Amino acid sequence: MIRTLPQSRGYSISFKIYIILFFIFLFAPLLITCVLAFNDSIFPALPWKGYTLDWFFSEGPERIGIFHDQINLASIWVSFKTAFFVALLSTVVGTCGAFLFEQETFRFKQLLYFLMLAPLVIPGVILGISILLFSNTLGLFVEGRFGVDISLLRPGFWLVVLGQFSFITTLVTLIVSAQLKKFDYSLEEAAMNLGANRFQVIFHITLRFLKPALLGAMAVAFLMSFENFNTTLFLVGSDATLPINLYLQVRDGSTPVINAISFLLIIGTSSLALLNLVVQRDRSK
Amino acid sequence: MHVDLSVKNVSKHFKSFTAVDDVSFEVEKGKFFSILGPSGCGKTTLLRMIAGFEEPSAGSIYIGAQDMAEIPPNKRPVNLIFQHLALFPMMNVADNIGFGLARRKESKAEIRKKVADILERVNLPGFGPKKIHQLSGGQKQRVAIARSLVLDPTALLLDEPLGALDLKLREQMKIELKKLQVEVGTTFVYITHDQSEALVMSDHVAVMNEGKFEQIDSPQNLYSRPASPFVARFVGNNNCLAGTCVGYGDGLAQLQFSSGEKIGARTDRHFTTGVKAELFIRPESIIIEPEKELPELNRMQVAVSSILFDGANSQLLVTSPALADEMLISLPQNRQYEHIAAGDRIEIGWDVKAGNCFEVQ
Amino acid sequence: MLAGAKSKLPLFIFLTPILLWLFLLIVLPHLDLLRMSFRIENDYGDMIWSVNNYLEFFREPIYWLTFARTALYAIIVTFLTLCISLPVAFYITKVAPPRFKGFLSLLLLMPFWVSELVRVYGWMILLRESGVINHFLLKWGILRQPVEMLYNDVAMTMGLVYTSMLFMVVPLLSVLDNLDDSLIEAAFDLGSTTPTIVWKIIIPHAMPGIASGSIVVFMLTLGNYLTPNLMGGKNSLWFTEQIYNQFIASFNWNQGSAFGFLLLIISSLIIFAGLKLTNQKLSKVVQ
Repeated sequence: MIRTLPQSRGYSISFKIYIILFFIFLFAPLLITCVLAFNDSIFPALPWKGYTLDWFFSEGPERIGIFHDQINLASIWVSFKTAFFVALLSTVVGTCGAFLFEQETFRFKQLLYFLMLAPLVIPGVILGISILLFSNTLGLFVEGRFGVDISLLRPGFWLVVLGQFSFITTLVTLIVSAQLKKFDYSLEEAAMNLGANRFQVIFHITLRFLKPALLGAMAVAFLMSFENFNTTLFLVGSDATLPINLYLQVRDGSTPVINAISFLLIIGTSSLALLNLVVQRDRSK
Repeated sequence: MHVDLSVKNVSKHFKSFTAVDDVSFEVEKGKFFSILGPSGCGKTTLLRMIAGFEEPSAGSIYIGAQDMAEIPPNKRPVNLIFQHLALFPMMNVADNIGFGLARRKESKAEIRKKVADILERVNLPGFGPKKIHQLSGGQKQRVAIARSLVLDPTALLLDEPLGALDLKLREQMKIELKKLQVEVGTTFVYITHDQSEALVMSDHVAVMNEGKFEQIDSPQNLYSRPASPFVARFVGNNNCLAGTCVGYGDGLAQLQFSSGEKIGARTDRHFTTGVKAELFIRPESIIIEPEKELPELNRMQVAVSSILFDGANSQLLVTSPALADEMLISLPQNRQYEHIAAGDRIEIGWDVKAGNCFEVQ
Repeated sequence: MLAGAKSKLPLFIFLTPILLWLFLLIVLPHLDLLRMSFRIENDYGDMIWSVNNYLEFFREPIYWLTFARTALYAIIVTFLTLCISLPVAFYITKVAPPRFKGFLSLLLLMPFWVSELVRVYGWMILLRESGVINHFLLKWGILRQPVEMLYNDVAMTMGLVYTSMLFMVVPLLSVLDNLDDSLIEAAFDLGSTTPTIVWKIIIPHAMPGIASGSIVVFMLTLGNYLTPNLMGGKNSLWFTEQIYNQFIASFNWNQGSAFGFLLLIISSLIIFAGLKLTNQKLSKVVQ
């Protein structure tokens, strides 16, 4: 049954087989995607026709590798910018949220807390359309009233940032709150007792304590933004993010360039995730 | 005499580490048997082997007359009370107690009746519908015992169940647990690192150290006639005086300290001249300012370094050039010794029969 | 927390960005969504109030059938995900040697850091008619003709299970990690068999994790667009696709808003029912 109890051979062997099958299920699609990025064939499919790096470095005209593919490169850059701003913005606001809900008392706190959790249970598609509608309404209103056209309120880069920010901030708040819960408040009291004011306490004591959690939350926010599809779909303008761009290509047929991009994404995100984990583990020691 | 539990030459090895080393003992029906030892001495491993959660590397375990080899824990006629009790928080008291009965497929009416009976016996009538988190520490304790007792086990195994309680409740539960055991008449095998728990409750105590039993005896004998220096140190407070044997005859050993002072010690063991020896003497065996004419008394001049006042447990801390360490002496609060102050030089003494003397290996 | 006279300044500094965020990006947009769903264009081209958008939903079987189908599949996917994840989480926390625990959980989480699109794409490469699985089945002589394994409900369901697995496994790992081994030992000592321990001890203990995992998986599945769109067949329309069509293809934002609001209501209702049934609180579940 468990480690400390004697168990029958049949039980432990069948359990092990189940776990192995599960991990095969988990990794098969990713592994095959990576492998086929190096296949010397114009289709991302078997049979294996030999090893090539064409899908990374070829300059065309028949095969264009990812490093010479302007459209895909542009969308990667857009995704980077988006993720950067979302991570920055949501970490700042999410930290405020964590302090607000963990340390302050005010009327309607419970209500506001539920409102803060809401983005977790609102489907991403709905968030996308409601923000699209509202920005459109606001844009029409401003134009009708003041005769000014605010491009910020039309689908495009900043609306995507806001849309992703609207639910990623909830995650950041929860991550930072979890760490803040472990904080020993007597440290704050000691600092105040030594003459620090509230902001000095937060800056010198609390934020320093929270630093690993903040970095972790920022990394999570970055990844969440980088791969977001549902909310982005409705808010995107002329400059598509990488997931949107890939989606359009996958829907209309595929080339091994997509495998090459996927390979880079898998390597990139897993190393960021690993790095984050290693940093967190080091800090906790 | 009916033996409920018999452990024969049991050992347990984990890779290169030996947790339990060739241990044998028997527990008679209806007795309270304790295994006392410091943490890491292997007592929990021993108990888990009896319960069936671990398999012995060598030796055999009999419960009643039946060999327990190959019998899984859920089929053994013993039940374990876990260190943190392991009451199921997702069930109420009645469901916890009825859990094992339900596994035996007893009828609902039967279970209800037995649960009510056992709650009565552990003095918790009407507690059935309560949630586990509503109970106090002592009540949880009794529910955990009831949960096992209701299955009518041959023996109940208890894994330091008082460890998690606070001091005051622990004192109270010690007495209550002993009373409960006498009442129900079930054999208890109890493990603990707390010597007071073992001494107060047990009929017999086994002192365990580094996987081996040092001594199995009644609490009285354990205290007054320890079989090894480890037992002498571990059970109760003791002063240890180290010296060299300079003479032995007629059951009386002569010990000399490095300072040259000599004392005598009655002993059942044989000593040869020249061996290193340790004398253990309890704080309450030492007489302060003994009368001049008392015979067979070791006498010593000491300086009082401090007085540790603790009501009935008050003690004097004294030093002497003859002693490597400070010595503790019981200080009765009968106003007879009120004149003693820190820094005084006083005479102390003890009967040559009072201590226990061991050769240093 | 800190007693005594305390300035209100920190409160306002923390409160302002939170209020701006929640009201400008959550509350007002959803109120606008509600408002839009009750507006239609009349015969003269003016916007008027009406419940017609909602009536349209019930009048047109394709709409409410898609809606029911989506909800049903989301429930099936949630249940399957739970059944697959529970033994895995149990194995990692309770059966595997402790030194592998960290490694296995890390391995488990790795694929989910990668974009959903990449994961779905991987399955497409595996399953489609010219895909890797067909290649091997033909090579080994198990099949004579390649079979299209993609673009059907089974493939879609599997894709959805795969995509949302993480959100089930993580809460299960954390609740099972908190399960004291001695509870299982005690149950075993009192005469339980493995199935009884699973039903009476493990599942009741894991309930908060099961509830929070199920809610998140259900919600993500219901709101998923990518997986049904890329892996489902021509006939397996997902409700989010209906919303997309109304917004982007037909440019009928009012109808789309009504659909969006219906999706929001059904997801909230099922989450609420789930919380009530398992006796959990939302604020506890999300942590």
